[in-house]
Amino acid sequence: MSDTKPAPIVPNFDDDETDRKLVFICSKGNLDMAYPGLVLANAALGEGIQVDIFFTFWGFDMITKKRMNKLKFSPVGNTAMHLPWGDVRVPQWAAVIPGMQPLATKMMKKSIDDLGIPPIDEFLDQITASGGKLWACKMSADMQGLTEADLRDDVEGIINASDFMGLSEGAQTLFI
Amino acid sequence: MPTTTLSGHEVHVDDEGFMTEYDEWTEELGAELATQIGIEMTEAHWALIRFLREDYLVKGETATTRRVQAAGGVPVKEQFALFPKKPAKKMAYIAGLPKPAGCV
Repeated sequence: MSDTKPAPIVPNFDDDETDRKLVFICSKGNLDMAYPGLVLANAALGEGIQVDIFFTFWGFDMITKKRMNKLKFSPVGNTAMHLPWGDVRVPQWAAVIPGMQPLATKMMKKSIDDLGIPPIDEFLDQITASGGKLWACKMSADMQGLTEADLRDDVEGIINASDFMGLSEGAQTLFI
Repeated sequence: MPTTTLSGHEVHVDDEGFMTEYDEWTEELGAELATQIGIEMTEAHWALIRFLREDYLVKGETATTRRVQAAGGVPVKEQFALFPKKPAKKMAYIAGLPKPAGCV
């Protein structure tokens, strides 16, 4: 069964309609928690949505030059961590064994790479190339003794909480 | 599955209008699809569309913008310049391929 339509069916790309705006607050510095914000931000940009990402607290490691490629993953406190075979969870007593964190980090990085998903720095390169803007939190910078020189060159600026209110005006905001 | 008429050819499309039969596509139809969504094709556009077509045969799925950069060598920024706002979907549409299934 097929039905022929006289006029071509053209997807509605909604180019001129979307004024949707998303702001992501990235507050975590663990490898596993760095990705959700980046994946969603990247997807939003691919849909023509305006994206700003605000890095605060531990999330600062994602934009700090000397730290951004050294994010770790730890199974400690994560009861949903499974072994790669069977359906076996890593018991918490085993999560603290020396060597477990580097091993878990290595495995996660490999899984991410196998899917063709870039490491943090390259992912942020892609996001800024797609028009996303990166912002750093003033309080986090002060607490950690960091300045703009320590951050990625494409960070738009170090802004305070009031500035953030302006940035997020009219936006949907996701805290991660 | 609906069909639609493009440049006088009857082709199979999904509900949104993306072509569903790889072999029904020709560059002539690609040009027509581009016109429908307001893209003026240049050689740079075509190079990308050809990459997407070839890559689909190898991988069995439509390349994401990430893959077009990593495997196709065209930076994401340029993809946005050529196919504004929604490059992945627009490229797939013109190339007669399904929307990319991957997240990144």
